[in-house]
Amino acid sequence: MDGGLVLLGGGGGSSGVSTNESAVSKVEVVSEASSYPAESELELGLGLSLGGPGGVTGKTKAGNSPWGECGRILTAKDFPSVASHRANTGGPSSVAVSGIKRAAESVPHEGGSPTGVSQVVGWPPIRAFRMNSLVNQAKAPRAEEEEGVGEKDKPKDALKKKPYNGKKISSGVNEKGHLGFVKVNMDGLPIGRKVDLNAHSCYEGLAQALEDMFLRSANSAGSEKEQVTKPSKLLEGSSEFVLTYEDKEGDWMLVGDVPWRMFLSSVRRLRIMRTSEANGLAPRFHERNEKQRNKPI
Amino acid sequence: MQKKMAYSFPDEVLEHVFSFIQSDKDRNAVSMVCKSWYDIERWCRRKIFVGNCYAVNPRIVIRRFPEVRSIELKGKPHFADFNLVPDGWGGYVFPWILEMARAYPWLEEIRLKRMVVTDESLELIAKSFKNFKVLVLFSCEGFSTDGLAAIAASCKNLRELDLRDSEVDDLSGHWLSHFPETYTSLVSLNISCLGSDEVSFSALERLVGRCPNLRTLLLNRAVPLDKIANILRRAPQLVEFGTGTYTAELRPDVFSYLAGAFSSCKELRSLSGFWEAVPAYIPAIYSVCSRLTSLNLSFATIQNPDLIKLVSLCPSLQRLLVLDYIEDSGLEALASSCKDLQELRVFPSDPFGVEPNVSLTEQGLVAISWGCPKLESVLYFCRQMSNAALVTIAQNRPNLTRFRLCIIDPKTVDYLTHEPLDVGFGAIVEHCKDLRRLSLSGLLTDRVFDYIGTYAKKLEMLSVAFAGDSDLGLHHVLSGCESLRKLEIRDCPFGDKALLANAAKLETMRSLWMSSCSVSFGACKLLGQKMPRLNVEVIDERGHPDSRPESCPVDKLYIYRSVAGPRVDMPPFVWTKDEDSSLRLS
Repeated sequence: MDGGLVLLGGGGGSSGVSTNESAVSKVEVVSEASSYPAESELELGLGLSLGGPGGVTGKTKAGNSPWGECGRILTAKDFPSVASHRANTGGPSSVAVSGIKRAAESVPHEGGSPTGVSQVVGWPPIRAFRMNSLVNQAKAPRAEEEEGVGEKDKPKDALKKKPYNGKKISSGVNEKGHLGFVKVNMDGLPIGRKVDLNAHSCYEGLAQALEDMFLRSANSAGSEKEQVTKPSKLLEGSSEFVLTYEDKEGDWMLVGDVPWRMFLSSVRRLRIMRTSEANGLAPRFHERNEKQRNKPI
Repeated sequence: MQKKMAYSFPDEVLEHVFSFIQSDKDRNAVSMVCKSWYDIERWCRRKIFVGNCYAVNPRIVIRRFPEVRSIELKGKPHFADFNLVPDGWGGYVFPWILEMARAYPWLEEIRLKRMVVTDESLELIAKSFKNFKVLVLFSCEGFSTDGLAAIAASCKNLRELDLRDSEVDDLSGHWLSHFPETYTSLVSLNISCLGSDEVSFSALERLVGRCPNLRTLLLNRAVPLDKIANILRRAPQLVEFGTGTYTAELRPDVFSYLAGAFSSCKELRSLSGFWEAVPAYIPAIYSVCSRLTSLNLSFATIQNPDLIKLVSLCPSLQRLLVLDYIEDSGLEALASSCKDLQELRVFPSDPFGVEPNVSLTEQGLVAISWGCPKLESVLYFCRQMSNAALVTIAQNRPNLTRFRLCIIDPKTVDYLTHEPLDVGFGAIVEHCKDLRRLSLSGLLTDRVFDYIGTYAKKLEMLSVAFAGDSDLGLHHVLSGCESLRKLEIRDCPFGDKALLANAAKLETMRSLWMSSCSVSFGACKLLGQKMPRLNVEVIDERGHPDSRPESCPVDKLYIYRSVAGPRVDMPPFVWTKDEDSSLRLS
């Protein structure tokens, strides 16, 4: 592995190239990219081995990593360059970064299909504290537009429109649905995680993400005794863990009971609790077990 | 052989001389002069700054500097602010507190940034340091109001409690009541990050009333507008004040009471807060505007013309934080009325909107560059930019030291010419010779990095996203920027070559962050093996990097120099060259 790699001595202290070794390295790097001056304006730097949707000419440089070979988190690179759409129109196709941020932990998938809102974690670079306050100021009308989304079998009138009083910064939830990071702790694991509630539009998505985050990584780390070898259904109460949440009033409730949007507006944090401990959780727990099996969420 | 120099001073004299040397850089230089100066200096150093808590460990610090009174530690990398660092990565302060509790019983000040602080840590601070005076928790997390209650109850000499931007588990607003009635030494209190619905107002008012030296008071959103006046009247000596939620139904009696309270604060120089501000109550602060040097309206929902009117009344303004509601017209007004402006930050009110919701473009910033000769620090979010504008800004303001531009859509071109923004940023680094911090955005090729490597000789921190074409870009920066300390990169096509070719450079820097780039695990391992004084951390939640093809790049990479060796508290998703899992926190 030592072969072709030259490690420069001398650090960055001198901007000039002072040793033979350095000169060699620099030449190496320069020759590798000798095509850069003329073509860089055309290259938009996308990993096109993904076979992403068109609108962009350009080629994958030899030697650059073939992104398509492995799943990863989508970034704005996956989408057609904003450049080709920008042209003074600022048109609706420049959707490279608008919309929901996505949790870093969610399952990566291949191929970029920017049909609607794209999801770039941490962009634009706005700190969480500010993000929370921003979204608290979202105008009410927009929230109404979004109410239809994500609802499955619950009657619409079950959805009370909660006046967002703007005080609960820590709830991680908002009318615009842009920032929804809440803490998740799992019994037995000292380190909690955070999940972006707004990356999901229903309980199943959330449960799947949590299962991947906690149960799958438990497998790969190999350090957890309670390894679950097949996906457990956190929502159905048939595994040894159940998903619970703390609501605005400080009560611990079973996840899945209320309409999704109502859940979003009252959840403060999540806990993956051992089923054995959840017995006293809500009086209707056992009853719920029966209901869950029959009622799709 | 007589090594003693004819003109050597007794230790006490040297110590006295050194006491006038405050800056870390100078102190470090002093300690390198000779062995006896090293020894004298280390005994009299009182203030320590550790830019990366993993670069060193508490024992090493304590061994060298036995008489420290003030310590500042930083934990997570900067991109943790944008949720790029998974929870549980690290930055725990407890081991430090534990060691310092034993070694520094006279510690007075602890300042932490991006660290995980538990209630246990706070309780330990409260009971270990009898003369504890200053606690600053900047963007920290992991603690609750219970920990704060312990601090309030035990730290009789506390001067400063600053929780800015921290995430606090709000269990109860009553922690404030734990300050005993005999406690009167508060000088600065920043609780603006607390979300608690119930702040005990009476406890707050009593606390404010009995602390005559209170200079800084930044309240949280839970404090309603009608409570502010009483607080201000109890503390007319305030210099810095942050309101809570600044909205209420307009009532003339409330308004005039509030306006009167503000005008009685003759020392007030800085205002912030203003959550959900309504225009009706803004005039209540007019009486203090002419004296204001700092104004933070970045949470205020007011728009033009109210916003323009307000800033036009503040001719002494040196620092303004505002939302893009100010628009180009507001910035033009600012440029003509605020000639002392040094720092401007414009935040987006609707960062995820597809269409711009306000008329804020590059023109606003250009106007500021013409009108504000003292401008040195800029943070600007906008949706369009041109090379011409950047060149103008650079030529107008060669005194810029911090320039952070965020064009909201990645890879946005110059809207006039459709070209990359290389030339514009090139002008910035060429003209602004003292530039220390730079954040790039827009469409950028390797050329911009060539400019940066060539001109940005004083640059200490560079943030790059969605830019560049090849390893050459990274190579330009690493080989050219002599003063570079922190480099953070995301979503750029930089890979192994430039990294390995500039390995030695990494030891001269504090840290390098690269996420969603093209670095292979093999290169990371090699780097870690070749450079024992670098910790090379691969942060990847997809499982062991070896479980993916060799060509698959690592998700996130964090490299930092360290004299403490590999850390012992790594979570399962951090991979290093050492495969020994016994070093891991399970």
